[in-house]
Amino acid sequence: MPGNWWLINRAYFIFMIRELTSVFIAIYLVLLLILINRIAAGPDAYRAYLAFLATPVMRAFHIVALAAALFHSITWFTLAPKGLAVRLGERRIPDAVIIGSNFAAWIVVSVLLAWIIL
Amino acid sequence: MADPTITLEIFRYRAEQETEPSYQRYDVPYRDDWVVLDAINYIKDRLDGTLSYRWSCRMGVCGSCGMMVNGVPRLSCAAFLKEYYPDPIRVEPLANFPVERDLVIVMDDFMEKLGSVKPWVIRDDTPPLSQGERRQTPAQLDAFKQYSMCINCMLCYAACPVYGLEPRFLGPAAIALAQRYNLDSRDRGRSERQAVLTSEEGIWECTLVGECTVVCPAHVDPAGAIQRAKVSATVDYYKDALLPWGKR
Amino acid sequence: MNYEHDVLVIGGGAAGLRAAIAVAESHPDLSVAILSKVYPMRSHTVSAEGGAAAVIKLNDSLEDHIYDTISGSDWLADQDAVEAFVREAPAELVQLEHWGCPWSREPDGTVAVRPFGGMKIERTWFAADKVGFHLLHTLFQTSLKFPSIKRYDEWFATQLLTDDARCQGIVALELRSGAVATVAAKAVILCTGGAGRVFPFTTNGAIKTGDGMALAYRAGVPLKDMEFVQYHPTGLPGTGILITEAARGEGGIMVNKDGYRYLQDYGMGPPDPWPRLRGMELGPRDRLSQAFVHEMRKGRTIKGPYGDVVHLDVRHLGEQKIDQKIPFVRELARRYAGIDPVHEPIPVRPVVHYMMGGVHTDMYGATPLPGLYAAGEVACVSINGANRLGSNSLTECLVFGARAGKSAAAFALEHKRVNRGALEARARDETERLTSEFFRKDSGSERVAALRNEMTSAMETGAGIYRDEGQLRQTCDQLAGLRARFARVRLDDRSRGFNTELTAALELDCMLDVASAIAYSALARTESRGSHQRTDHPKRDDTRFLKHTMAYRTDGEPRIDYLDVVITRWPAGERVYGR
Repeated sequence: MPGNWWLINRAYFIFMIRELTSVFIAIYLVLLLILINRIAAGPDAYRAYLAFLATPVMRAFHIVALAAALFHSITWFTLAPKGLAVRLGERRIPDAVIIGSNFAAWIVVSVLLAWIIL
Repeated sequence: MADPTITLEIFRYRAEQETEPSYQRYDVPYRDDWVVLDAINYIKDRLDGTLSYRWSCRMGVCGSCGMMVNGVPRLSCAAFLKEYYPDPIRVEPLANFPVERDLVIVMDDFMEKLGSVKPWVIRDDTPPLSQGERRQTPAQLDAFKQYSMCINCMLCYAACPVYGLEPRFLGPAAIALAQRYNLDSRDRGRSERQAVLTSEEGIWECTLVGECTVVCPAHVDPAGAIQRAKVSATVDYYKDALLPWGKR
Repeated sequence: MNYEHDVLVIGGGAAGLRAAIAVAESHPDLSVAILSKVYPMRSHTVSAEGGAAAVIKLNDSLEDHIYDTISGSDWLADQDAVEAFVREAPAELVQLEHWGCPWSREPDGTVAVRPFGGMKIERTWFAADKVGFHLLHTLFQTSLKFPSIKRYDEWFATQLLTDDARCQGIVALELRSGAVATVAAKAVILCTGGAGRVFPFTTNGAIKTGDGMALAYRAGVPLKDMEFVQYHPTGLPGTGILITEAARGEGGIMVNKDGYRYLQDYGMGPPDPWPRLRGMELGPRDRLSQAFVHEMRKGRTIKGPYGDVVHLDVRHLGEQKIDQKIPFVRELARRYAGIDPVHEPIPVRPVVHYMMGGVHTDMYGATPLPGLYAAGEVACVSINGANRLGSNSLTECLVFGARAGKSAAAFALEHKRVNRGALEARARDETERLTSEFFRKDSGSERVAALRNEMTSAMETGAGIYRDEGQLRQTCDQLAGLRARFARVRLDDRSRGFNTELTAALELDCMLDVASAIAYSALARTESRGSHQRTDHPKRDDTRFLKHTMAYRTDGEPRIDYLDVVITRWPAGERVYGR
């Protein structure tokens, strides 16, 4: 297979985008760790870092990273039933239920966190 | 008014005659209930007897006639001309396999992988035949039934980019077949299949692209089989580490 | 190149795999090989849908299964063989269960059974409606655990080798390379299936071309009861794709253009109460197919784009039952007939499905040629006589596959190694023959496909559901003409590697022999019995014809002889269905 195999068709391309979201999330994680480190280093360091995060490049990055994280979460939940086959008595729980409950839990936790932080 | 026709552009390769493959165009009659296989049979019978391909049942159960139709792995007996008409149809051998000749691929690797997962009931305590059948409830049958539906057509291997990049990957059908036995209440052989499944080229090579399930004509969902295998392999690993006694 | 084994099985379907496993299990020290022109998973066993019969339920009895089979055969089955078959059937199906076959189950976990045509009590084990698929894959996967079984995948057997009045192996063409080799063996088991492809409309796949029948025929072994060709009553028009009898077993009905359940007019009624075993749509296949022809002549069938049809209606079963019991039927109807059986009736017509006749064997799978055995559809024991009951065939493959395997193993143990020198010369001869007749030939004008189409057309006209002397003679003449023209066949494809035009020519060669045996046997049998119906001799004649037809190959017309049917406890009687 050629090096640009992921351009052969739409399915492969979307798969690659899904995998690449991990890069953005990894970078975001690094920025978050640096943030914690800056907090520990004192109020001046902290303010300087916040200013850095407010620059146009960093704002742009965060928007893209948020989109990537959303895409990642949506594809992740949609694929969740692949790994889990939960049986309730005679029948398997339908995929829609597993996906739906994942999304529901995600929304609840996100709302909770948003309320705590903001 | 002439009868409608449709063009097929077919991959040709004969090692004895040429070093490079080529494409040959054929015009065949268009009928709205014809499948690609009907068109190919027409070509072989009437136009060009040198075209080689595999087929048999023409009803989607023998798994012989897998081909790339416009770049998508399909059973040529289940791909209708009307899905493509009036555009030409490109027919090629299944991707990710060496080509024997024309539309015939070399299946040796696939056959070897099927055998490597020990696809038979492994059990020590089989009762004598006179005692009749072992019991299995409909729910127990349901637990593995889907994974037993594989017709060995290899469309999943053609769709899998991991297999395309790493030919040593065990692959969707072989793993689904292992799961078919692992989940069968009558089998006791999961530990015997573990080594092959969790080897370097086993289930962990899979990155859940998911195309295998999309192209599967028998609704086996091999992607699901592989992810579940990952879950159970992980659980087994920790069970063995923390509770080393009582191995199945 | 030359190879050698103790037992060689030709054909990798249910019978072939079962035979090989029988050898490997009973004698792991014997070297056993399976040689097939396709990979085993492609064998036509895979397309069987309905089920496999065996007595296991308390409301059933061996006597009933025996009687159903014998009366179903219109008394042409050998009763000692039927008794052995019915007795061994349950153990074989239990064996398949132990090997992992996913039989459908009752809620309590025991194996479920469904009603089937011509059977007084339901005894057909099933796996949804893909029994052949599950049986074949179970057998194939189980065969992989025996190290003594070697496989030759995509090898085409072209000749049986005989020496010293014994079958000693075969000559075969390896498809991949085009090379010809001998495979020597002390015992050979033919499990190559039937020959539905000699007819134009058939449920059979491309590979069912009667190769093994022709091989045995050419080696001097008689083909028995070849005139008995089974038309399955419910195939899809045009393609001939099979719609299983199980659709009727689960309660489906058959109606003509007036919505009338016409089978009651042909001695199969009353129509209610329904479902009822051995009556109406659960009558035997020969009667149902013949009823269709009568309805067609009365103008009561429905005209379709591919000829006349009747309707198989399962709408009253409901979507849930259809999806649970006959899901494959639904899938096939939607894909190939463009209708959803939950909402519309399925258009169906009789199509050629099974050969009751075949290579003459005894009840241990042995042919008259020492060292040669046969089992499955290729063989004629006979347990099916003039008409086979649905779901007996898969069980037959297992019972007689196992028997033939054990017989072949015993023979191999008792006999010396084969004479290799004599065989090697034959491989060279065969290579030369293939080269001069096909590869190098520039003369000749006939196309394989054209000859094949003329053959199937002649068979449909003269050797169909209803036959008469005039049309049979015409078909025999046409076949003789086609045989002469075959000598002038010319291939487009001269390559050695994977030449499927060559294999098509070899298959046509086999089919011409088989077709000739069918037509001449039908001509000679001047009575009507089971699936062989003569409009010029409409009655059954037990005085002259309670015998098997034996066709022997000659350079001209086959020589026809007769062999008495074995009657044990059931004297020939009247076949009664319905009431």
